[in-house]
Amino acid sequence: VSVQAQDRLGVPAVRSDTAVASGRRRRLRPGGVLVIAILVIAAILWLVPFAWAIATSLKPDAETTETPVSWTASKITFDAYDSILGRGDIFRWYFNSALVSVVVTALTVLLASMAAFAFSRVAFRGKGTLFFFVAAGLIVPFQALIVPLFEEMDTFGLVDTYWAIILPQVASPIAVLVFKRFFDGIPRELEESALVDGASTWRIYWQIWMPLARPATAAVAIFTFVVTWNNFIWPFVVTTARSLQTIPVGLSTVNSFYGAQYAQVMALAIMGALPLLIAFLLFQRQIVQGISNTGLKG
Amino acid sequence: MTASSQQTRPDVAVDVRRRGPRRGDDRERAGWTLATPFFVLYFLFLLWPVLAAAWKSLFSDSLAGGNSKWRGLGNYGELIGDSDFWAAMWHTAFFTLLSTPPLIIIPLALALLVNRVAKGQWLFRLAFFAPYVLPVSVIVLVWNWLYQPGFGLINGYLTKLGFAEVNWLGAEGTAMVSVVIATVWWTLGFNFVLFLAGLQEIPRELYDAAKTDGAKAWQQIRYITLPLLMPTTVLVIVLQVIASLKVFDQIYLLLQGGPNFSTRPAIQYIYENGFTQYRVGYASALSFVFFLLIVAISVLLFAGLRRLQTRTGEETA
Repeated sequence: VSVQAQDRLGVPAVRSDTAVASGRRRRLRPGGVLVIAILVIAAILWLVPFAWAIATSLKPDAETTETPVSWTASKITFDAYDSILGRGDIFRWYFNSALVSVVVTALTVLLASMAAFAFSRVAFRGKGTLFFFVAAGLIVPFQALIVPLFEEMDTFGLVDTYWAIILPQVASPIAVLVFKRFFDGIPRELEESALVDGASTWRIYWQIWMPLARPATAAVAIFTFVVTWNNFIWPFVVTTARSLQTIPVGLSTVNSFYGAQYAQVMALAIMGALPLLIAFLLFQRQIVQGISNTGLKG
Repeated sequence: MTASSQQTRPDVAVDVRRRGPRRGDDRERAGWTLATPFFVLYFLFLLWPVLAAAWKSLFSDSLAGGNSKWRGLGNYGELIGDSDFWAAMWHTAFFTLLSTPPLIIIPLALALLVNRVAKGQWLFRLAFFAPYVLPVSVIVLVWNWLYQPGFGLINGYLTKLGFAEVNWLGAEGTAMVSVVIATVWWTLGFNFVLFLAGLQEIPRELYDAAKTDGAKAWQQIRYITLPLLMPTTVLVIVLQVIASLKVFDQIYLLLQGGPNFSTRPAIQYIYENGFTQYRVGYASALSFVFFLLIVAISVLLFAGLRRLQTRTGEETA
């Protein structure tokens, strides 16, 4: 639900799915040298923080705070990585983040698409009211509700469990809206043959609509995964056990045990960034599309 | 959760107006069966906390236990006179005021430039969007390091170039600016991608026509691009304002709301009242007021946005 991403509030979509981040685009006239020069400088500037973090992580710890600042040290060393990998917390964080994100994503895709299918394709009483409530949820600021939500988890006895991290993040109205918009756009004839065959509504949903809904599924899944992976405030509030820390929560405690050992701190930051960064390098187009399209509607 | 929600609502299913022999009932039941699992979670974890905040705000509950006493509107009375709360609200508003202009203007400018590049657009998208996929803690660790006095990269270059060092995180005057800079670096890619998509929907023929009329590049931008991009721009502004109002993570992690509480945002104040002061009743009142404000601002902005969009729709039609 919350991303600084990230959570952006609901609006009618203004453009088709292919438009965002599309690789096939009309070319304006080729940019001048000046345009390219400005952009290259901006891009380099944008990459400097990454580069500086990497450079720092490869220095011997004693040399990280030398002045005047220098990009290089007397030698390149992986000591910092040895140290943090030896400590092993990072693997626990990877595991927790992966577990939570996979379960939240799977549940969100399943439950949101089921609800969206009902809203889009099934006539039932109370549908209008129910849908109104779900759509209204788009403007509910999740971050403002951490105190009552924590109390609720406390009542359920779920504080410091994976379920406490997972369940509230599944209740994502954005996902329902994205699926509903997709289902609304599919011609009705497709299901009528199945109706004649006497297939149950459940089978129509699962065997006809879900295979058709791959683009919507991909967008919702990518968006949900990234948002959940990066969610800080909710896991931070609802867990105190170190064994349950996700990457954002675990990394927020780094200063307390590495303090001013900047090579280690930067090595941890890089290790924390790595999974999504690699995914982003591999699936740039899909990730940009999934996040911007869903975030736009959400 | 799923098991319990699989039970349909027999009262509703039976009550359906008969349309066919059996199909109405079946579909009725199917509709509820499909929608219920999501709605149960949605009700429990999104709607219920809102109701709970409103209800709890009338008590003097404590997270530490003890008996809960009816306080009526006492919490709200306290809130109105709580200068710390209004200071925190102001910091949230100040962050929004500072972060929104650069988060509109810079990505717009970059998108305008990238849109003129024929090849390799993906490379720039990669550079500008990459920070957006990172967790906030990574952003904070890296920027905290960049902002260090003396051996931090930024101050290091400032002194190399002969400027005075800046106390980025330690001075009340600059701390919020430092957070805004880090936030711009982190989240600009999202708006950049939206602008780029908006630009690519503008028909190329318009530029061709303008060019034959002898319009210069800046004239094309001024009279074609910016007006036609208006719906996207307004939408991005609305999304940005609402996102900025919910700021907590990076301010809390980078500055803990300091120095001297000078950057503490509203959500951090709610968090502290609930989880470090254990004042659940009062924190609920704060939550509810903040919730109402965000909802009111969102509704106003989106209503305005829709009016603007229908108006520009009529004009172009």
